Amino acid sequence: MKIVQQLDNVETAPELSRRRFYLGFIYGLWGLITAALAAPALVYLLLPPKVRRESGWIEAGDVSALQPKVPVEMVFRRNRVDGWKISSEKQTAWVVKLSGQNVVAFGPQCTHLGCAYHWDETKSEFLCPCHSSVFSVDGNVVSGPAPRPLDRYETRIDNGKLMLGALHDSTDQPA
Amino acid sequence: MSLKDRSLQWLEHRTGLETAVRNFLYEQIPASSGWHQVFGSVALFLFLTQAFTGALLAFNYAPTPGDAYNSLRYIMAEVTAGRLIHGLHHWGASMMIVVVVLHMTQVFLYGGYKKPREATWMVGVVLLLLTLAYGLTGYLLPWDNRAYWGTVVTTQIAAKAPGLGPYLVRLLGSQGEIGVVTFARFYGMHVLLLPPATALLIMIHVYLVRKHGVAPVPGDEIRPLKKFYPQQVFRDTVAIFVAFAILFVMAIVAHVPLEQLADPTDTTYIPRPEWYFLFLFQTLKLMQGPLEVFGAVVLPALAILTLIVIPFVDRGPIRRVAQRTFAAGLVVLAAIGWAGLTYAAVVTTPKQPIAAEIDFSQPTDWLQLSPVEMAGIGYFREENCASCHTASGGKPAIGPDLTNSGIRKSATWMLQHFKKPAAMVPGSAMPAIQLSDAQLNTLAAFLLKLNPRNAEALQSAPQFAVDGALVYQKNQCGSCHMVNGVGVKLGPPLNGLKRRRTEDWVDRHFKNPQALSPHSIMPQYKFESSEKQNIIAYLFVLPD
Repeated sequence: MKIVQQLDNVETAPELSRRRFYLGFIYGLWGLITAALAAPALVYLLLPPKVRRESGWIEAGDVSALQPKVPVEMVFRRNRVDGWKISSEKQTAWVVKLSGQNVVAFGPQCTHLGCAYHWDETKSEFLCPCHSSVFSVDGNVVSGPAPRPLDRYETRIDNGKLMLGALHDSTDQPA
Repeated sequence: MSLKDRSLQWLEHRTGLETAVRNFLYEQIPASSGWHQVFGSVALFLFLTQAFTGALLAFNYAPTPGDAYNSLRYIMAEVTAGRLIHGLHHWGASMMIVVVVLHMTQVFLYGGYKKPREATWMVGVVLLLLTLAYGLTGYLLPWDNRAYWGTVVTTQIAAKAPGLGPYLVRLLGSQGEIGVVTFARFYGMHVLLLPPATALLIMIHVYLVRKHGVAPVPGDEIRPLKKFYPQQVFRDTVAIFVAFAILFVMAIVAHVPLEQLADPTDTTYIPRPEWYFLFLFQTLKLMQGPLEVFGAVVLPALAILTLIVIPFVDRGPIRRVAQRTFAAGLVVLAAIGWAGLTYAAVVTTPKQPIAAEIDFSQPTDWLQLSPVEMAGIGYFREENCASCHTASGGKPAIGPDLTNSGIRKSATWMLQHFKKPAAMVPGSAMPAIQLSDAQLNTLAAFLLKLNPRNAEALQSAPQFAVDGALVYQKNQCGSCHMVNGVGVKLGPPLNGLKRRRTEDWVDRHFKNPQALSPHSIMPQYKFESSEKQNIIAYLFVLPD
């Protein structure tokens, strides 16, 4: 503090205004530089990359053999865009015919913490082995810590083949 | 006492931060200090910017030859602001060289290296070498043809070092070829070894500057010292801002291209180093045979040695810069020599094969299209279809989106629609297209196959390739040749032509096929020069 006071004492009015001019520029220009570096950096790190077209509808399997309310685990391959890589991955869906033409396909992970659940035939429920979440055949939570019903794939039936689209959660957000 | 004052006092008591900042800012500097001394600060700023943008790039970059190219392409084409960050890093490297050289030139002109500042100067020379080492190692990291072939030359120069050659080659991991090991070593040097080494040397450099003070000029001893802050800090800030503004504009405006993926079998590529190494490259060209070792290794080593020993040769008292005519003469000579060699290197660089000019950070799906489809793009552009039609989304236009399969009809229907639009689509405001039947057929063929994937090619296909495909179609090359799997296999397929023939050979072959391939049934073609250029350029960018 002392030094500043001493300086202030000896500085005349024009010197003071020149000092203010210098300070204004120093802070202003460094502010601009920081902003011009920080803004692109944040955009670069936080915004999602431009979407690349993922393969749209994928054929998962035949729906004609499905028994009503008996889920079947269907395995299919899907191209997954992972940064600069596009990899063909094995994926599964639990497919169940609820009624007539109403076929739904659930994503294979529990909505609690992402464990793989399975169909318990004796109880006719989906059971998650991790924290005992239980889902009914239509995907709703019966008990356990799961926060929302099972995620569903968009579905379409072409000539008896089940076609799967994107996976959505029950609030219709991409899961 | 306010909370702020108390907090500051607490901080000062525990860390001494305020005193440290104060000591730093209120350094005493000679009265002669001014604008000519800003370059060191600018260089330091650029180093920090490079470290920052480099770290950002590393977040999306995979440092192996298998992934490097694709991940960089991902940064440039897909990551939001990725092209800007990459541009800042790319141009920042060049700018760093410029500023470091300006800094050294200023110190040299003023004789700032004289006793007791010899060590400061020598550390500075090492920092210059480190800056060049960044350029050399960073050049390989995009792993495109330019990177690969440039580094092939670099490692072969290193191999020429008398005695040390084989060891240097082993150190660079290139036993005969450049591959995963060289790549890993270059990347390791670029991001793990060089930055801490540079940081350490900068600290020593700045410590030495502070220890000896900024170099005075004659007359300073009778004038009162002034303080670093705020006047000189203001000057440094303005200079840094100007440098940064130039860098930022360059990163946005000056497009950094990505060439095709490194191809060790490509014999057409003409390797060139980065612009600041061109003078060395040219020196080497001037020294053939036994002189080569001299130009490649001995001369650069002597130059570095000269820089290092300058303070011990020029030991006279400090003089005014205006009186240092010999030093100024040396600087002018060096500048002329550098500029002359660089200019000679630029003008003697043969034109790169056209494939080297395609920017692979842009979509290149058009490379897979057949010549008919490419020619269709040509007519689409000629007839300005895009002024009324969109393809693959975008903002709605007067005409329908052409990727919408709902409007697809047969080729005959489209042909009639092109000739008399309203006859087929009542109320259509589309003007009739004035093209021959064959041309309309080509256009229809392309439009019928249009989907969101190949629709990108409508914009991204370079005009020379489209024009070349038009020549190809007009002369019905496809009735004997195949391109991308389309055509007839009577003559040789044309993919991979660039591996088998030179552009000159193809040119002569057009004029007189039988002179070069005696049993060929190919007729002679007399093209106009622009037609010939386009067809050859097109054939030479075709994928293998």
